[in-house]
Amino acid sequence: MATALFYILIFPGFLFLAVFGLAVEFVDRKLYARLQNRVGPPWFQPLADFIKLLAKETIIPDKAEKLIFKLLPFFALTSVVATILYIPIWGTEAIFSFNGDIIIVLYLLSIPTLTFFLAGWYSKSLFSMIGAIRALTQFFAYEVPLFIVVLSPALLAGTWSLSKMAEFYNQHPGYWLFNLIGFGVAVIVLLGKLEKVPFDIPEAETEIVAGSFTEYSGMLLAFFRLAIDIETVVCAALLAAVFLPFGLGLSPILGFSLFIIKVLFIVALISLLRTVFARLRIDQMVNFCWKYIAPISFLQLLINIILGAVLVK
Amino acid sequence: MGKVIIPIGPQHPALKEPESFSVTLEGEKIVDVNLRLGYNHRGIEKACEERTYIQDIYILERVCGICSHSHSTCFVQTVEEIAGVEIPERAKYIRTIVAELERIHSHLLWLGVAGHEIGFDTLFMYTWRDREIVMMILKKVTGNRVNYGINTIGGVRRDISQELLKEILTSVDALEERTKYYIQVATQETTLMNRLLNVGKLSHEDAVLTGAIGPTGRASGIDSDTRRDDPYAAYDKVTFKVIVDNHNDVYGRTLVRVLELMEAYSIIRQSVQNMTEGPITVKVPRKIPAGEAFGRYEAPRGEDVHYVKSNGTEKPERVKVRAPTLANIKPVLKMLENYNLADLPIIVAAIDPCFSCTDRTLLIKDKKSNKSKIMDWESLRKYSIEWYKKRGIGF
Repeated sequence: MATALFYILIFPGFLFLAVFGLAVEFVDRKLYARLQNRVGPPWFQPLADFIKLLAKETIIPDKAEKLIFKLLPFFALTSVVATILYIPIWGTEAIFSFNGDIIIVLYLLSIPTLTFFLAGWYSKSLFSMIGAIRALTQFFAYEVPLFIVVLSPALLAGTWSLSKMAEFYNQHPGYWLFNLIGFGVAVIVLLGKLEKVPFDIPEAETEIVAGSFTEYSGMLLAFFRLAIDIETVVCAALLAAVFLPFGLGLSPILGFSLFIIKVLFIVALISLLRTVFARLRIDQMVNFCWKYIAPISFLQLLINIILGAVLVK
Repeated sequence: MGKVIIPIGPQHPALKEPESFSVTLEGEKIVDVNLRLGYNHRGIEKACEERTYIQDIYILERVCGICSHSHSTCFVQTVEEIAGVEIPERAKYIRTIVAELERIHSHLLWLGVAGHEIGFDTLFMYTWRDREIVMMILKKVTGNRVNYGINTIGGVRRDISQELLKEILTSVDALEERTKYYIQVATQETTLMNRLLNVGKLSHEDAVLTGAIGPTGRASGIDSDTRRDDPYAAYDKVTFKVIVDNHNDVYGRTLVRVLELMEAYSIIRQSVQNMTEGPITVKVPRKIPAGEAFGRYEAPRGEDVHYVKSNGTEKPERVKVRAPTLANIKPVLKMLENYNLADLPIIVAAIDPCFSCTDRTLLIKDKKSNKSKIMDWESLRKYSIEWYKKRGIGF
């Protein structure tokens, strides 16, 4: 019981993720700023923003569904924190694992997007509602490619457990190179999941103010933002576990450092991508995902099916 | 969702100044737009009538924060026409140089804002960084970064030294280098092209009918530029191309602006070369003889028009300003038809709107009685206190 609580609340659960999430937000913001020739924020800025928001007044619109409005940030937060328990951080063992946990992870990671939709919908404000509908439209466009590319490496490994997968790739070093197309697709799709440029359509500032979060303020907004930070870390950790499974046999300290480096590498890729693109329109985004991203992810699936038959047997 | 009316403005992140667009949406598609001006009226024309001509130069310079030189030059030229004054050659060149520097800073600013409106903040940061070069040179030439205060009736107030002219040329070279890069970005970057091409179409016929001017009109094939058609300052002594484009969309408007930057560099180079030594101002009496005149000026956003009527005293009887945005407001409503909500910010931004310049007083009528009423300060205050009390906020 005590160890389970430790896992959930301290490490690798809430506290670790919150600290790492804020650090990752800083890295993202600083890198984004430097790439744009700006100075960027100091290291404590994300934490300062969080504390400031906690201290602010929370305003709930008259017409909003009060209970759901208040609960949604915590739904988003708990679902992303729960996800990390199934993802191997260093070594090949996750805290909990069973055959099929990869589906659980993908399922838990889709909950935040659904909470964004509900948050917008139950705010009962025009800007939030448009943001909510956009979030859901975008969700259907990127979720299928994401599922396919994350499941393809599992197909090669012949298991649907993330820990077993890590073990497989550890025993067959170099096999992860077959999944590089999938990694590219996953990084692009991640931009959609985390609502970053060019796929920040649901919260397009110049069109619909802040999308789903327009009516959120104070503590509730602070927790939503923390949930998004943690989602960034967890998604990057998932990508690192699935697509970059090398160096898993190292000692805990080295392995943990390698994990941090992998996550930061993925975050840096995201910052770079959001620097060089303009925001797409929702119709262009859906077109792009179904026309290009989905076929490429199917290609990865096909490659892995063939490789699975030839190499693994 | 059926048809919904969403308020873009008076307070909205897409608009840098208060203005109200009530947009009727069907899903994401815009079916109707209702525009309301009048949130930013400052009564400048009236204020001008109560001040002397010299004071008016400075008040009119503050019509717009970006094309401030345009308004002051336009006014000064109109007054000079009434007074029958011919200003010295060197003053004409100095006015031209400052005018073109202002066009550079305005177009670079626009490029950044356009980038921001379509979520391309990197372009925003880059152009605004490079815009600092021209802002610094403007500060060195005139003493100020925005409201230059270089014009006076009968010439200009500051001379440009030989060293400063050289500095202008070196910064123009640096800016030209950067502008070439932006032309490349605007014509090759995929996501940017996706957002600009075929967005906000305004056919040539519609542009003529609605009276589009400036870069907005020129991007729809209207070949008009006051600098060439009715030259003022030193524009008849320099050669330049009038950029006309036939894309008819936001992309065309972007191209016109970035290519106009290249022309501005060439105009500045020629002006610096052609400049001769000499006086920079002639004496003009404080009292302007009775008469009226109509001045035209090609501001960065389009043709700026001033009308001044003098009654022989040191104060004008009437000053009328038609800022370029007022002419481009009607085309915007045409452009928005049948586009997505996501295109609205960039379509509105593509005319380079300056709402405070354009604002007019607005008469609001009660829908039922069809009457308007006048409230004085006291009753307005009482009304606001009552309004808040009804909502549970006491004083």
